[in-house]
Amino acid sequence: MRIILVDGKGCEHELEAVEGWRVMEIIRDYGFPIVAECGGACACGTCQVEVDPEWASKLHEPREDELDQLDQNYGGEWSRLSCQLIMTPELDGLRVRLADIAIREAA
Amino acid sequence: MTQEAISTDVVIIGAGPCGLFAVFELGLLDMKCHLIDILDKPGGQCAELYPEKPIYDIPALPVVSGQELTERLMEQAAPFGPQYHYNEMVEELEKLEDGRFRVKTDGGLVFEAKVIVIAAGGGSFQPKKPPIPGIEAYEGKSVFYSVKRMENFRNKKVLISGGGDSALDWTINLQPVVQSMQLIHRRDGFRAAPDSVNKMHALVEEKKMQFHLGQITALHGDNGQLTGVTAKGNDGQDYEIECDTLLPFFGLTMKLGPIANWGLNLHENLIPVDTEKFQTSEPGIFAIGDINTYPGKLKLILSGFHEAALMAQAAFKYANPDAKVTFQYTTSSTSLQKKLGVA
Repeated sequence: MRIILVDGKGCEHELEAVEGWRVMEIIRDYGFPIVAECGGACACGTCQVEVDPEWASKLHEPREDELDQLDQNYGGEWSRLSCQLIMTPELDGLRVRLADIAIREAA
Repeated sequence: MTQEAISTDVVIIGAGPCGLFAVFELGLLDMKCHLIDILDKPGGQCAELYPEKPIYDIPALPVVSGQELTERLMEQAAPFGPQYHYNEMVEELEKLEDGRFRVKTDGGLVFEAKVIVIAAGGGSFQPKKPPIPGIEAYEGKSVFYSVKRMENFRNKKVLISGGGDSALDWTINLQPVVQSMQLIHRRDGFRAAPDSVNKMHALVEEKKMQFHLGQITALHGDNGQLTGVTAKGNDGQDYEIECDTLLPFFGLTMKLGPIANWGLNLHENLIPVDTEKFQTSEPGIFAIGDINTYPGKLKLILSGFHEAALMAQAAFKYANPDAKVTFQYTTSSTSLQKKLGVA
């Protein structure tokens, strides 16, 4: 199982995904500079990704608290919080782009 | 506006839980505190980010809301007569020749204190800026992140962006004074009081304002003066909105802010301290709570309380190098109980 991550520079990366893990955790585990400030509590909006439109319909609908965070963090039509996307075999090949807000600036 | 300096024992920067509890610990040692906070209320993150969310890890309180915890801490600090200064951001901190510190806020307040306690959490709360290219050129001229005076918007063509309470409240409050009011939000759902949402819909029905679905992608204008914006609708189509004023309301985020300019050692936007005194690289300036770092640091309110207690002892000794500190318990010491107003 894998996910395709497009980073801030537009480069594609293929990441090995683990069933039951959050997409945010997989991205973080690979060492990408994802902010994910609140650690997956759906409370900060800084793990935002843009989901490839072809995959959007395969995801569950965002809950109200996820929508709230997307509202406050300038989410677009295909934006989701990667901490709310849990890997299942159906999502094998999921393609997401890291949003600018989710990329940690170099110190 | 410059005022005469307020002279005090301690200035605490930040009125969150750690700053509030520091008032108590310093108060037991007869040190008077002034607290400065950028928010309009005490409680810091507890009050601003999660006033209603339950907290489960405060000793002896199996569950408490951020709001209630703040209220209880205020009550506990009250006997020591702390002075609160809200809506003020500390901009400057400098050491005076006599060893005291001078603090200046953006609102023109000046303090002189023997000891400084930085309890600023994640830094100062500042409005989240939407990532629209070139928005900086308009800020303060035709793009504003807060409403200081409603009168400034009289007869303006105002566009408000966002879907929370601030966006809805200002849409409703400004609508009677502006020339035209428009609201843009990415979806037809709001995280605002239902009453406000109903009022907004009623204004749209009465043709007193317009509501757009979408997200602003570009600003148009000259020399900082906005003439309109381009927005992308949820159907992917671009459209234009005419306006001369934009008010984005996307909530608050925390930035380290001016603390970075005070000459203190920093590590990844945190202030390193020792774990005996919780003192920064500058003697007499202490840092407690989420803003500090040391080996093993946990960002817990409970850790901040412990840090406040140890810091208070060190701060007292710093301010009174010749005084002898006798460690006492509130359960048995009548002198402490007198200070608390219970003996």
